[in-house]
Amino acid sequence: MRLRRALLGVFGVVLLGAVGVIFMSRHPALPAIAPPSAAGFDRVLIAKGAELALIGNCNVCHSKQDGAPYAGGRPLKTPFGTIYATNITPDSDTGIGSWSEAAFLRAMREGVRRDGAHLYPAFPYDHFTKASVGDLRAIYAFLMTREPVRAQTPNNELPFPWSERALIAGWKLLYFKAGELKPDPALSAELNRGAYLVEGLAHCGACHTPRNPLGAEANDRYLGGGEIDGWHAPALNGASPAPVPWTSEQLFSYLRTGFVPAHGVAAGPMQPVANNLGTVAEQDVKAIAAYIGAMLGPATANRRQAAGAPTAQATPRASVGNTKSEGGADGAVIYAGACALCHEPTGQAFSAHGIALTASKVVAMPDARNLSRVILEGIDPPNASPAALMPGFGAALTDSQIAALMAYLRRSFSDQPAWSGLENTVREARQSAREP
Amino acid sequence: MLTLNINGRPHPVEAEPATPLLYALRDEIGLNGAKFGCGLGQCGACTVLLDDRPVLSCITPIAVTQGRQITTLEGLGGIDNPGAVQRAFIAEQAAQCGFCIAGMIMRAEGLLRRNTQPSEQEIRTHMSANLCRCGTHMRILAAVRRAAQAVRSAKVDAQPTQDARR
Repeated sequence: MRLRRALLGVFGVVLLGAVGVIFMSRHPALPAIAPPSAAGFDRVLIAKGAELALIGNCNVCHSKQDGAPYAGGRPLKTPFGTIYATNITPDSDTGIGSWSEAAFLRAMREGVRRDGAHLYPAFPYDHFTKASVGDLRAIYAFLMTREPVRAQTPNNELPFPWSERALIAGWKLLYFKAGELKPDPALSAELNRGAYLVEGLAHCGACHTPRNPLGAEANDRYLGGGEIDGWHAPALNGASPAPVPWTSEQLFSYLRTGFVPAHGVAAGPMQPVANNLGTVAEQDVKAIAAYIGAMLGPATANRRQAAGAPTAQATPRASVGNTKSEGGADGAVIYAGACALCHEPTGQAFSAHGIALTASKVVAMPDARNLSRVILEGIDPPNASPAALMPGFGAALTDSQIAALMAYLRRSFSDQPAWSGLENTVREARQSAREP
Repeated sequence: MLTLNINGRPHPVEAEPATPLLYALRDEIGLNGAKFGCGLGQCGACTVLLDDRPVLSCITPIAVTQGRQITTLEGLGGIDNPGAVQRAFIAEQAAQCGFCIAGMIMRAEGLLRRNTQPSEQEIRTHMSANLCRCGTHMRILAAVRRAAQAVRSAKVDAQPTQDARR
């Protein structure tokens, strides 16, 4: 299997290289301009661009931890190596201050840098190409009126051959289709707006669609569940692992506030998305929710049955007898002493109101990484619903204790098959989890 | 019966394995430094160190502390011999009502055991897990900065001794 993958990889590289060399591997450079004066941009256009930039989550990738917004430097770990998000403030030397509107539009619609080099598709121009010219102009106006920040983007850490940008020309021929998304006359105005945002600027599929060995989204499994930053991005189509079927209303509330009681809190890389969507026009979030709701489809009988009665008291279904892991840690005891106080109705006047874990997405997911991350680092309250936080248990619990707890939660609060190799999962998650 | 290793000494306790460490400390062992604030891991008043890292003792079952080192406020020093972080909190008069301070000191201790040169941002991010409702945050931050300075100086002073031992 590994050999087959390696051979496929080698074949892919050779193919990309050949195709890239045969066709243009470079575009013409566009002339540098003096940074345009902020006063020259229309205020209404800037405000529109601000909203679209939030929907596009530009700030999430193009700002590093505790760094200036849009000044770049955030490492994006890909299977090919680490790519650093660039500085998109209007600084002439280190940002996009010398980029004309034409250069910006070309980058967004064709994935080409001002100097003519191809951009890595970690920058999701395969989605941004679907946005309208009017919307992209608004984003340009917004970005060019930000405070210029001098911040050199670190060099990408990509081993050969991925360090060769000419390969991207071949990648584009195989997987990239430029062009704006036109409305489908068969769909309602709201669904068309939702499709336009989801497939375009919001680029939901960049995380939620699985990628092929060459890093392109697998279109036959559109929104079928992908990954980002060591987190699993759950499927948003019929393959959704959510134990409680989603409604469009719940999706709206979740995207808007980062929390919906029936499903829980937006955690990990989804939380900044919800924080952004909490501040944009309500009808756009409704349109996104309606479109994703349509992708999820009506709840099947199976999923309804799997959901059971999620709002009822979370009663562990497994017998308490068989809970010891190999390391001797007892998942049931840890649950009782560390989790139950918030995640079970205790009758106390003051409660942190943790959701019943039978409704938890991360307990029911096929992938165990998200639950391990949530236990390790906890969940901050989203901006729009500053309620209780979930504290992280990374310092309190060892890897084997967390693994035992996860096995217990999976057995007790979901009908899904047991995860395997949990201690490894936790050990790896701890490498990237933030300190609680 | 479980045995807890607290401040370098073994303490057998009769409490059930799922009992929160805070209850064992206060009710059974009589170490009252850690405070009961919310009981839900939201406020940090109960912070103690487990293997040198800050944990919320109100939601840490004693079962998971087996074979590990617990450090409480009492382990840092007492009235007659306060530790570096305690001295810094006194010097900056960081306490108003004082209820959160034991947890604040332990959280700061956990930071300084790992990093004696924390940046202002690192201090703020690290301390943000603990709440103070009197509003003495600026003094608490000053105390943490002072403690970091003190720990650094102590390390420099100790350097020749360590070298001499080799």
